[in-house]
Amino acid sequence: MNAIEVKELYKSYDGVHAVNGITFEIGYGELFGFLGPNGAGKTTTINILCTLLKPTAGQAFIAGLDVSRESDKIREHIGLVFQETTLDNELTTFENLLFHAYLYGMGRHDAVKRIDDLLSMIGLQSKKNELVKHLSGGMKRRLELIRGLLHKPRVLFLDEPTIGLDPQTRANVWGFIKEMKRAEGTTIFVTTHYIEEASDFDRIAIIDHGRIVAVGNPNKLINEMGRATVTFGATDGATVQTLIGHGMIESGSGEYQIKTEDPDLFLKQILNLSGLKINEFKIKKPVLEELYLSLTGSEIRDEYVDRPRKIRGHNR
Amino acid sequence: MKKLILPIYVITLRDLKKFFRQKSRLIGMIARPLTWLFLIGTGLNQVIKGGLGVSYIQFILPGILGMTILFSAMFSSISIVWDREFGFMKEILVTPVSRFSVAFGKIVSGMLVSTIQGIIIMAAAPFIGIRFTIFEALLLVVFIMVVSICIAAIGVFIASMIKSFESFNIIMNFIVMPMFFLSGAMYPISVLPRFMRYLMYLNPLSYGIDSFKHVMFVEFAHFHSDFSLLFDVVLMVAFTLVSTVLAAFAFDRQQKE
Ligand SMILES: Nc1ncnc2c1ncn2[C@@H]1O[C@H](COP(=O)(O)OP(=O)(O)O)[C@@H](O)[C@H]1O
Ligand SMILES: [Mg+2]
Repeated sequence: MNAIEVKELYKSYDGVHAVNGITFEIGYGELFGFLGPNGAGKTTTINILCTLLKPTAGQAFIAGLDVSRESDKIREHIGLVFQETTLDNELTTFENLLFHAYLYGMGRHDAVKRIDDLLSMIGLQSKKNELVKHLSGGMKRRLELIRGLLHKPRVLFLDEPTIGLDPQTRANVWGFIKEMKRAEGTTIFVTTHYIEEASDFDRIAIIDHGRIVAVGNPNKLINEMGRATVTFGATDGATVQTLIGHGMIESGSGEYQIKTEDPDLFLKQILNLSGLKINEFKIKKPVLEELYLSLTGSEIRDEYVDRPRKIRGHNR
Repeated sequence: MKKLILPIYVITLRDLKKFFRQKSRLIGMIARPLTWLFLIGTGLNQVIKGGLGVSYIQFILPGILGMTILFSAMFSSISIVWDREFGFMKEILVTPVSRFSVAFGKIVSGMLVSTIQGIIIMAAAPFIGIRFTIFEALLLVVFIMVVSICIAAIGVFIASMIKSFESFNIIMNFIVMPMFFLSGAMYPISVLPRFMRYLMYLNPLSYGIDSFKHVMFVEFAHFHSDFSLLFDVVLMVAFTLVSTVLAAFAFDRQQKE
């Protein structure tokens, strides 16, 4: 049994398919990334898995429990950090955490100890009795992160956890997430549109227009897509003839390209030929970003603007 | 059972904590009803004289008490709209706590805030010449609590039916005003034309205010109250049960998209 199993899941809003038939599973203890541009259906998927939204069709199981029929039990086992802030600004850091712990049935003694541990791990101990409205954006994000983990969930959902954070805080957040995964074996489902963050995840799924277009280990995915491109610049007629003879294709004026699984071997073969006048050569290996772009076909925006839902719907 | 009760307590505690932290709300809560009492009471005291057996300011005290409860219990459900607006409701809904507990927690916090205000009004009674025994005071507090639960539940019901702030305020004002004037707060029910009297019979606040009159004007009760005390109590309890159940289901239903 997997931590998460999703089978042919659909969610439509008046004809718009926010989630359009996705199937995947996540093993226990995995760090799984859900990558896709804005409006791809990431948040909708999370909301269904967290029992906040009913699917239009299909099935999903968390720890073997059916999201449509056993939502109460599922809620005991999951933690969630929403895309937007969901803290009570009028309460202190400690009060927000204690409120959460109580709602999960934790006793005061256990709760206070766990709160103190997590606060010092994430570096918020000094803000314990501060009203949340006085915290910075990064602090709020970190607070939400430890709140999501307070009750030791088996599966933690993170919806764009690093959005809008400065590089230090982002590093701090990822360090903490990976530390908790290691220490407590938490299964982590995280959505992001910062692809560079996903290169060391256990597995990723790339989602676009509500469909999964690729799923697997990020390095493997790259390798599968992944023949390297060799580019030569040459103008000399004989050289060009030889390059074309070796399967290179003109890609621009004076540029010749070949895609190959073994660029080194190709280079060796070419360089062993005599009489060539090669001006330059370069090897370009694909990175995750290219894979992502080639699959989703869209640029990734750095700044996430949560446009009104209706407008987004009509943009289709 | 613990799973049902504990969350109610926690949700109530949070609302109260926030309430008492907001100084302006706290002051408003004490000042508003007292201002009403003395402004309306003193003004009309001069105009309306005789025939009632009590002075007008005394006559409207149960009504002012009812009004205080009406406003504070009804509007306390605005915290549901706030929580939804600021996303905090999602944090609550994703916990294992049952939606019924959340709705009950909101009703209980509305009830407590409103009861505290009611007690403050009660404390003004001796200053305008109304006295009651300890037993009567306790009885009054019980009635205040029952009416408060009923009104708070109606508030939660309404907050669960609407989507935005604007509609909350519009609908609340649309409901609160008629409920106040058609409750026997300002004048006895018997002076009204028949169709308005029927509306008053449908108003739970009528029975609440009537029960307050029974306790506050012990000697004059036969004259000022519109129903028997037993009838008041039965109707209040019935309204309270119905509105609480409706509120719980409406809240639960709203969360299911
Ligand atoms: N409540 C809703 N009503 C109508 N359309 C919605 C609603 N929620 C999401 N959508 C649409 O579903 C699609 C996926 O949205 P979402 O899951 O939020 O994407 P992401 O989180 O990947 O940015 C978008 O096109 C969005 O406009
Ligand atoms: Mg999203």
